[in-house]
Amino acid sequence: MSSTTIATPNATSNAPTGRTGTIILPPPAWVDGDTSLQQITNDIVRPMEARPGKGWWICFSLAFAAFLNLGGMVTYLIANGIGVWGLNNSVGWAFDITNFVFWIGIGHAGTLISAILLLFRQQWRTSINRSAEAMTIFAVMCAGLFPAIHMGRPWDIFFMFPYPNQRGPLWVNFRSPLVWDVFAITTYLTISLAFWYLGMIPDLATMRDRVTNRIRKFVFRVLSFGWNGSQRTWARYEVVSLVLAGLATPLVLSVHSIVSMDFATSLVPGWHTTIFPPYFVAGAIYSGFGMVLTLLILTRQTMHLERFITMRHLNMMAKVTMLTGMIVSYAYLTEFFGAWYGGNLYERYHFINRATGPYAWCFYLMVLCNVITPQVLWSKRIRGSVAALFVVSILVNIGMWFERFVIIVVSLHRAFLPSGWGMFYPTLIDVGVLVGAFGMFFTFFLLFIRFLPMIAIWEIKGVAQQQAHTLAVSAPDQTSAARA
Amino acid sequence: MPPVPKNFLVATFLDQNSLLQAVRAVRDRGFRIFDVYAPYPIHNLDGEMGIRRTRLPWVTLGAGGAALIFALLMQFYTAIWDWPLNVGGKPANSTLAFVPITFELTVLIGGLSTVAALFLRARLFPGKRESPMLHGVTDNTFALVLRIRDDSFDAHLARLLLEQSGVTGVEEKAGEL
Repeated sequence: MSSTTIATPNATSNAPTGRTGTIILPPPAWVDGDTSLQQITNDIVRPMEARPGKGWWICFSLAFAAFLNLGGMVTYLIANGIGVWGLNNSVGWAFDITNFVFWIGIGHAGTLISAILLLFRQQWRTSINRSAEAMTIFAVMCAGLFPAIHMGRPWDIFFMFPYPNQRGPLWVNFRSPLVWDVFAITTYLTISLAFWYLGMIPDLATMRDRVTNRIRKFVFRVLSFGWNGSQRTWARYEVVSLVLAGLATPLVLSVHSIVSMDFATSLVPGWHTTIFPPYFVAGAIYSGFGMVLTLLILTRQTMHLERFITMRHLNMMAKVTMLTGMIVSYAYLTEFFGAWYGGNLYERYHFINRATGPYAWCFYLMVLCNVITPQVLWSKRIRGSVAALFVVSILVNIGMWFERFVIIVVSLHRAFLPSGWGMFYPTLIDVGVLVGAFGMFFTFFLLFIRFLPMIAIWEIKGVAQQQAHTLAVSAPDQTSAARA
Repeated sequence: MPPVPKNFLVATFLDQNSLLQAVRAVRDRGFRIFDVYAPYPIHNLDGEMGIRRTRLPWVTLGAGGAALIFALLMQFYTAIWDWPLNVGGKPANSTLAFVPITFELTVLIGGLSTVAALFLRARLFPGKRESPMLHGVTDNTFALVLRIRDDSFDAHLARLLLEQSGVTGVEEKAGEL
């Protein structure tokens, strides 16, 4: 791994430098406190070995209740058909596809952290990548639910895949973005799962060697694939991780681009725009970092992992949130500019309607959460306050859900002929499925932090060791420079 | 039952630097290192141990290339030859529209094949048993293992070199790795 040390030859002209003529600035430390290997193992697995606290049980009960509610709602939906939602002839997509795009977007931050930041050698990713990847997988599972249940006949879901069949064979339409979606989402889920699991194998082996309970030992033995920390395997393992990161990086960009094409390739005003792919990708990363912040602040505070998920980590995530938030704001502006400058009447009407029509409150809520909120992150004090960041992250989540709602419902409810206009009002089932998906997501996440190592133990050890080493190397030079 | 010959010399360390020193010392005297076991990958160790760079990325290239060709042929066959569908008057051969699925399948098959190849090459599989020889290497211990092949193995010299490098324990052990 390349060193993060900044060596500046003859850095200061007024202060004579040390022996070598070089001042080595200490690298940022990403692990606080005791960096001994055993202590790191003990601290990270502590939540898995202890009984969960009251906070975990309260969160889990709520999440699980919502998850059960989802089961009931979906059963009712399948039994009665999608008429139980508030959909109508004007608005044929509403909460279902809003939720789908929202959850897919959430997933993107996880892959960004695990793949793109790995390629960029960002060491701060090590404390958060495991839980962010888990978040990706659970979010994509939630996302996958919606296309399945929004079909009139979900039992025919396998029609989405091209397989030799007795209906002709009638193949799927490979020119349709909806079919691209099937491939993009399944690939994304599979590759994320493989990447996540591969990263976890050494830690599962650590657990196997620690636990004494026979059943747990058996489970971890099966899961850890006989990992023994061989350097020959480590060498291959690291190359494979890099290859997977290289494959996942274009995947991050492609998945949400393809999702955006579900809209952009249509003719509906408000959807028919060429900026959709980059706009959606930026929005996805923005919302995903919002969710990562929410989850990590919760786990950090309830599981007492402050020395691994430090304020510096939260600060970095806040900066990425601010940057992507501003890209999203810029995309909003571009959309309005395009509507005005393009001279298309329907397009222009759509944007006037967006800002002044019956759903204007959704639009202003979205602006408040996605344009104004990230601006507060310029302040170092806000980036340094856990409570403030938590509030910001919740606002980001709300704002990005409403962004998708605005794009989907507001575009559909007044497209082209006024005789085809209508309104969408959510029913209890709409709201129940929305809440239920959050229940499913949090149920899985809470089980994950309870039963699996939620911080990559081996990666933290590598970073901590390097950190200790660089500090030892730079210390004498610093003292000599200070003495001079 | 005859006693099992002790076929491995296992040296354990508690810090990375002693381990690196020991690896250099034994390699300088011509010992071949069977393997090193560590709780995390040590980055300049591969060169010291004389490990060649893995060829696994070629699997990615091969499998990804095969998937790319497969995806294109599948789409050409179904959309042009087997049952051309007229959707919105677009031509049957809309090659550009086939790009997203081709890309996704390339990534999917390339990635999964690479992971499968790693598991095969490193002989990792579900339920494989851990070796009792390597206690603590998944926690805080580093182990350097030399293989005792026959009488020409100079165990005395090896022990001496290892002990000079800050080892915490050297033991001859029998078993499989």
